[in-house]
Amino acid sequence: MKDLRNMCWAFAVLSLFIILNGIAYASNTIKIGDINSYSKLVSFTIPYRNGWMLAQNEINSSGGVLGKRLEVISRDDAGKPGNAVKIAEELIRRERVALLIGSYFSHVGLALTDFAKRYRVFYLAAEPLSDAIVWSKGNRYTFRLRPSTYMQAAMLAEEAAKHPVKRWATIAPNYAYGKDAVSAFKKILKRKRPDVEFVAEQWPALFKINAGAEIQALIKANPEAVYNVTFGSDLAKFVREGRLRGFFKGRFMVSQLTGEPEYLDPLKDEAPVGWLVTGYPWYDIDTDEHKRFLDAYRRRYHDYPRMGSVVGYNTMWAVAYMLRKAKSTDTDKMIEAMEGLTFTSPFGPITFRKIDHQSTMGTFVGYTSLKGNKGIMVKWKYMDGRYYLPTDEEVRRLRPYP
Amino acid sequence: MTGTYLIQFLNGLSDAASLFLVSAGLSLIFGVSRVVNMAHGSFYMIGAYLAYYIISLLPKNGLLFCLGIFLSSISVGLVGVILETVILRRLYKAPELFILMATFSVVLIIQDLSLWIFGAEDLLGPKMPGMDGSIKILGSYIPQYNLFLIAVAFMILFLLWFLLNKTRWGLFIRAATEDREMLSGLGVNEKWLFTGAFFLGSTLAGLGGAVQLPVGGADLMMDLNVIAEAFVVVVVGGMGSIGGAFLASLLIGELTSFGILIIPQSTLVMTFFIMAVVLILRPYGLFGRAQIHRRLMEEIEDPPLIPPSKRVKATTCIVLLLIFIIPIFFRGFQLVLLSEIAIFSLACMSLYFMMGPGGMISFGHAAFFGGGAYSAALLVHYLHLPMELTLLLSPIFIFLLASIIGWFCVRLSGVYLAMLTLAFSQILWAAVKQWKFLGGDDGILGIWPSKWASNEVTFYYLTMIVSISGILCLRYLLFTPFGYGMRGCRDSPLMAEAIGINIKMHQWLSFSISGMFAGLAGALYAFSKGSVFPYEISIFRSFDILLSVLLGGMHSISGPIVGAGTFIWLEDMISRFHFWRLILGLIFLLLVIGFPKGISGVINKKLFRFFHPQTEIN
Repeated sequence: MKDLRNMCWAFAVLSLFIILNGIAYASNTIKIGDINSYSKLVSFTIPYRNGWMLAQNEINSSGGVLGKRLEVISRDDAGKPGNAVKIAEELIRRERVALLIGSYFSHVGLALTDFAKRYRVFYLAAEPLSDAIVWSKGNRYTFRLRPSTYMQAAMLAEEAAKHPVKRWATIAPNYAYGKDAVSAFKKILKRKRPDVEFVAEQWPALFKINAGAEIQALIKANPEAVYNVTFGSDLAKFVREGRLRGFFKGRFMVSQLTGEPEYLDPLKDEAPVGWLVTGYPWYDIDTDEHKRFLDAYRRRYHDYPRMGSVVGYNTMWAVAYMLRKAKSTDTDKMIEAMEGLTFTSPFGPITFRKIDHQSTMGTFVGYTSLKGNKGIMVKWKYMDGRYYLPTDEEVRRLRPYP
Repeated sequence: MTGTYLIQFLNGLSDAASLFLVSAGLSLIFGVSRVVNMAHGSFYMIGAYLAYYIISLLPKNGLLFCLGIFLSSISVGLVGVILETVILRRLYKAPELFILMATFSVVLIIQDLSLWIFGAEDLLGPKMPGMDGSIKILGSYIPQYNLFLIAVAFMILFLLWFLLNKTRWGLFIRAATEDREMLSGLGVNEKWLFTGAFFLGSTLAGLGGAVQLPVGGADLMMDLNVIAEAFVVVVVGGMGSIGGAFLASLLIGELTSFGILIIPQSTLVMTFFIMAVVLILRPYGLFGRAQIHRRLMEEIEDPPLIPPSKRVKATTCIVLLLIFIIPIFFRGFQLVLLSEIAIFSLACMSLYFMMGPGGMISFGHAAFFGGGAYSAALLVHYLHLPMELTLLLSPIFIFLLASIIGWFCVRLSGVYLAMLTLAFSQILWAAVKQWKFLGGDDGILGIWPSKWASNEVTFYYLTMIVSISGILCLRYLLFTPFGYGMRGCRDSPLMAEAIGINIKMHQWLSFSISGMFAGLAGALYAFSKGSVFPYEISIFRSFDILLSVLLGGMHSISGPIVGAGTFIWLEDMISRFHFWRLILGLIFLLLVIGFPKGISGVINKKLFRFFHPQTEIN
């Protein structure tokens, strides 16, 4: 009985301490709300968190922003759009954050996009790829950092068009991202090469690919080239089954995101060779900006960065540069500052376009190869995002809300 | 051309092989102990991870590879024994739904522990030395390992058959599947039999996970991915029947394999579509038999609902008053949270209505909740109807939807009924996900309340009034002759029929009413969030609602409300921590073991005298 009473006391004191601590903490900082699916797709979201934490540390140790420290309140939406909206409400109402960043899944990003519009909150979508975030569902309050599905498909289609192959097939996960990628790739490739034809489309369920059967279906169509959008565990199964069934022999493979360490490294020595991919060859980029980032990242985490790390890092720095330019946390001022904001990232200069709030952050396109027992990218080049967006007239047509 | 079809047949066969290994274990466990083991998929995942690490430690050799698989399967079997002896053994007397909840909390715990122990990166499985090539058949290649998998599955099938039909232990297992009480009456020690079945079942799950490594790998999502499929197989085959599981795996493996060839988009729904068709044609699966007196709610000494005493009424009035004066003291996020709790309480109440007094378990209640959200969103998006009309029309649409689904479902009972509701909700989910007209993955945005209600306090009152009226409406129904009839159908179908109640009709109507109120909750939810996404119809949403109801307890009408409140509040509180699934799982587990009657059950027991001074406790 006595133990119980003691425990109750301890509990009460602890709660009081936590409450007081919370009150004492809220001073002289600019609060940023970060929402991401940290308990899902951890292989992408954890490097993302490492990335922004590194940037936050750099910003705060160099004097912060507007004389204040950046404080990030980071929460997990568990991949549920409803949760993300609830957390967003809490962040702006209870925590009084100045702006929101984050999200990985496209549907969560879209829920937050709509939330930002309704509550007039500044929202920087970090990772979601859906084109709708800046175009069909885009709005004044939402910006997006990562190159979109359309941009990545456009980069690959441009390279793919240089190859003489004509009979194409596609395989993509059966959800919005896969569908957007396939339709963008088809559209752009057809425009550049009217003579190509698409002979088959396969749509495995996300993370439930039935690789053997899918490949057999592709073999039946006998394409000369294949555009692949599967990733993660689906990609691993696709690659292994395809090799065992001799599917890749003599076929030109184009594959989205496959060169990113998140997806290439788990394949180890079975990484495909000679595929045209988008990705992130961190081991080979020798610009000064990237070297600085790489060294700092490795020093802090004793690990190499993934694509998500760069996205997180750029997100936080974009916020810092924007706040320095806006000199205020007023939403309208922040939007004004963000439109046309240019800053130097590990990938080079990035601009947030005024016309559709998409950043011009690009990605790397190259061919996969094996080095030792690890997949790498070779013959890569950095594709600046600004050249892979539709014309301004088309963007205006795609984006009904200014 | 024949080559392609032959290869596709073999592909289907090897998929069926891995499906069979997992579902045979699940079926065995269910057959003997009636435990619907959600953690079976987690065992499969552990098997895959363990085998990956054990094999990577051993030298590369075909035999050692098999040894690695064997060792990891046995270890998983031991984990299963721990689960059975430490947790489940305490719960066999509790209603089966609580066991379901306990195993589900184990799923949550294992998810976070695996993240912690095995790391976040997807692992690509090692190839089996000596089985890493492929064979050319009629001009196409088939990996050797696929043939190996098929052989393993047939071997396991034979071994299981031998074990069950030719050994004394197998005799007991079959007897336990037929009649548990009789077996223990004959002096057989049930405990060891259960533990043994769990060991064997979990070993099979581990084997399934380990043996699929060379064609797949290990990742943190494989547990939930596989459990849904395994359940489908077990239900299609008939629960507890190993032969049925084999046939169902074969059916599903081959149909999905050829489905890919003919309709590439079919990948999302194929398995659930097959399940729906089979259950409609054969209500107890291919080889299953009718469950006699095997309701999931069996053995609850469910006291009759007691009409409210004066004190209950007074307390309710005070709570209602509090709810209505809260906006004076609090603003902002507290109101949002309370609105969400109210909406969820209504959804949970509707599930309780059907599950408690109605005696019909639903694993697919999100079909109606999400359906309501979608119907509201579609009405606003396409017809630009105002919010008021939408809130009125959506429940009517969902009533119609629920009566269509219910027409098929009420002919079944127990787990089969539950699985059929799941099948329908999965089919709806696939429809909204795939069909651009319904929004697809990108959902439908911009569903905000009318101008007059868009103020947060006004919307709070609106939500409260609608949800509370809904809850009171359902409550009122339970005390009408219709409600008494529902309980009559549940507790004593024969007598109910004898006094002239048309049982199926009665159940059908209560199913539809339950769906209607869930639809109302969903419509409100859509307006409170401003957007709807396929998630609201998914299996995860169904389980959110189901868990909340169980958390609150099935013993009293306040249960679902307490459960919804606790669930939303807990989720909000602990999603701040990194390993929140682990914490949530542990809390659930604690609740299930410590308070098997749910939170409201405990409150009721403590405060019964206060609330019902005149009534005697029996």
